[in-house]
Amino acid sequence: MLPKAKLWLALTIAALTTMLSTSLQAAWDLNMPQGVTQISRETYDLHMQILWWCVAIGVVVFGVMLWSIINHRKSKGAVPATFHESTKVEIVWTVIPFVILILMAIPATRVLTEAYDASESELDIQITGYQWRWEYRYLRDDMNEEEVSFFSNMSTSREEINNQLPKQETYLLDVDNPLVIPINKKVRFLLTSNDVIHAWWVPDFAVKKDAIPGFINEMWTIVEEPGVYRGQCAELCGIDHGFMPIVVHALPQDEYDAWYAGQQEQAAATRAAANNTITMDAALAQGEEIYNRTCVACHQAGGTGLAPAFPALAGSSVVTGDLTENLQLVLNGVPGTAMAAYNRMLNPVELASVVTYIRNSFGNSTGDLVQPADVNALLQEAQ
Amino acid sequence: MSAAHDDHHHGPAKGISRWLFTTNHKDIGSLYLWFSFAMFLLGGTFAMVIRAELFQPGLQLVDPNFFNQMTTMHGLIMVFGAVMPAFVGLANWMIPMMIGAPDMALPRMNNWSFWILPFAFAMLSSTLLMESGAPNFGWTFYAPLSTTYAPSSVTFFIFAVHIMGASSIMGAINIIATVLNMRAPGMTLMKMPLFVWTWLITAYLLIAVMPVLAGAVTMMLFDIHFGTSFFNAAGGGDPVLFQHVFWFFGHPEVYIMILPAFGVVSAIIPTFARKRLFGYDSMVYATASIAFLSFIVWAHHMFTVGMPIAGELFFMYATMLIAVPTGVKVFNWVATMFRGSMTFETPMLFAIAFVVLFTMGGFTGLMLAITPADFQYHDTYFVVAHFHYVLVPGAVFSIMAAAYYWLPKWTGYMYDERLGKLHFWLSFIGVNVLFFPQHFLGLAGMPRRIPDYALQFADFNWISSIGGFLFGASQLILLFVVIKCIKGGKKATAQVWEGAQGLEWTVASPAPYHTFATPPDPKLIHDQ
Repeated sequence: MLPKAKLWLALTIAALTTMLSTSLQAAWDLNMPQGVTQISRETYDLHMQILWWCVAIGVVVFGVMLWSIINHRKSKGAVPATFHESTKVEIVWTVIPFVILILMAIPATRVLTEAYDASESELDIQITGYQWRWEYRYLRDDMNEEEVSFFSNMSTSREEINNQLPKQETYLLDVDNPLVIPINKKVRFLLTSNDVIHAWWVPDFAVKKDAIPGFINEMWTIVEEPGVYRGQCAELCGIDHGFMPIVVHALPQDEYDAWYAGQQEQAAATRAAANNTITMDAALAQGEEIYNRTCVACHQAGGTGLAPAFPALAGSSVVTGDLTENLQLVLNGVPGTAMAAYNRMLNPVELASVVTYIRNSFGNSTGDLVQPADVNALLQEAQ
Repeated sequence: MSAAHDDHHHGPAKGISRWLFTTNHKDIGSLYLWFSFAMFLLGGTFAMVIRAELFQPGLQLVDPNFFNQMTTMHGLIMVFGAVMPAFVGLANWMIPMMIGAPDMALPRMNNWSFWILPFAFAMLSSTLLMESGAPNFGWTFYAPLSTTYAPSSVTFFIFAVHIMGASSIMGAINIIATVLNMRAPGMTLMKMPLFVWTWLITAYLLIAVMPVLAGAVTMMLFDIHFGTSFFNAAGGGDPVLFQHVFWFFGHPEVYIMILPAFGVVSAIIPTFARKRLFGYDSMVYATASIAFLSFIVWAHHMFTVGMPIAGELFFMYATMLIAVPTGVKVFNWVATMFRGSMTFETPMLFAIAFVVLFTMGGFTGLMLAITPADFQYHDTYFVVAHFHYVLVPGAVFSIMAAAYYWLPKWTGYMYDERLGKLHFWLSFIGVNVLFFPQHFLGLAGMPRRIPDYALQFADFNWISSIGGFLFGASQLILLFVVIKCIKGGKKATAQVWEGAQGLEWTVASPAPYHTFATPPDPKLIHDQ
């Protein structure tokens, strides 16, 4: 047995060294990131502290055990001792863990108190979880200012997921519109959901909280280094739970200000564009792009759907039927099903394009060309 | 009922009616154990699908919806179908024999508590064949994903959970009635084997929390079909209420799955160390403390829902406290092994692996209790690794240890020790290759319950999958060993193991169909 044990020991050490020596590569990340905020570093320190306590206790307990296993075996002629029950020993091994726990609880309480203090924020952003995307809305002090708000969808293509194209480095962790925040500013996030519970998590900030429909949670961060930080939805939220990443660009203040002004201009332009007319070719091209980004998870490539929860669009009576009904359905969703309301998720031009696209694709050939003005009319009617 | 009313009048009935109508605790114990093994293989098959899909980045085998059905069904079947019935089976077989009782206190109800189970699981599994697909909202079925957004098969799931709950409650009532009323003269409470003690406490936990689970699924049923809004914020309800109710059941539930395991290990280690358990009394008190604490820690599963800081702190402190009685247990087992005279038959190997690997799961549990750190661990593979360490090399290893330990008593033959050891080593290696890398995945940021993952998680995932396939395949050895042992082998003595103590070792092997029709000689009852 002993040579065998030695062999195992050697193998384990070999395996551990291999793992540690390659731990510099991203693919072999073994530990929690230290992150780029004070809270994330303090969390990392707590994590390491409790880990080392556990390792120390483990070494003592498993050490005694291993010693006994090696030495106190019948095959070596060990005779069982008869000692039994000792109040003294029992007290010792109750009190020592208790003291260790207190030593751990103190810093944990301190970090938690800090992490919970969301007061005096310098920028407030509302985050809303949707199946399966995030909406970011920058809260304004002056309601006359142009509002910046946008949806953030995963931009990894379905071809990559289905292994038809090689996967990029940021596979599943890329979005069309990242959240942008300034560095060294206390940013407060107000978190809620439009449908089921999601969780917003960026490991480098040590910020994770549930987005709960009907309730608002708050959390905050002060990012110290500019960069691109990535995370994912952490709470099971349905089919595409694995496909709603979070990307945050942290920028120096001046770059952030420039970006923000650009967003405001773009928002104004989008509002203006809602009065333009679009051509069939432009609508089909943009519609296809939106379909592949927004609709394809449920209605599938080729509009085949996934029976029974997700109806096919090819040959669908709605999509080939009355145009206004079709538009209403896309704008308002179908309550009690997975079909969400897209009246806010997409702008009028996008809505017009995607409805035009589905009514003229997958074998559907209504020939309808929807104009942004049609969408606007319905939106205003609803108000 | 005189002593003359003897065994030979009461052999088992012939054919299928023996099993359908049996009120014999040994038959019912065997039914539970076989059922649990079947469910273990079914739930294991689902796990193999999960690990196969996660072998590489990208979607290869199943679509995300089916993947979610697999994670849900794997969890439900393993918890309610494999682990819990296995412990009830062991309780049925062993408790009457350990306390010198002729049978369980309520034998007809015993039959009923088993026979409703196959129907519950047939109904649950049948959802896989339904048009809407099986439940896909995770075994924790958080509302509103499991209510407003659930597939229509959720109603079958709710009914199945009700039946499982009824079965568990009946089983628990039976165990309490048996232990409190049917102990042989001289078998005082503080002389009961720890397996009996841990099961007595577990039974109280079951009676306390299974109705809470029933309440949770009933509220879901009403939200789905009768227009209530318990969990629907739009109607004035609260999705977080669901989590509070669920985890008020769910946390005691995890101790329901581990306390009997403590009992098993506390029986096996003294036997093979040939030394009394170091501190019997403190083990009893530690078990009771753990059971009590299990009721006041539920919200540590919910640190990220946005509780007030006072709530976070209370649940953090209470959770950390559990480490104390759990530590007492581990120290006791080690102190029992220390200066013993150990041999390493298969049950002992599983028991030692239990102590080491369960303790590792305990360590990560302690880490998860630290609320700020939990913000990073929560809903990642770190949590997956944690609870699989306490449930697989924890609860499941203890069940396997128990099976090897008592197989000779059940069948009258020794199992094949060489194959048993092979099963152990393959399982031990497999389970660690499977779950250890998942700690790294979680710390590096991989969320749980995703069908596909970013590229930096690829390496540890394929390693984990290889471990999964190895562990899964190894369980067929167990099936083979058990069948081989039933068919024959070296005759087992009544004592079976040199160091074993307790009333079950005073009856012949295999245990006669009826044991202790007359109470055992009080002199056979040992101090613990």
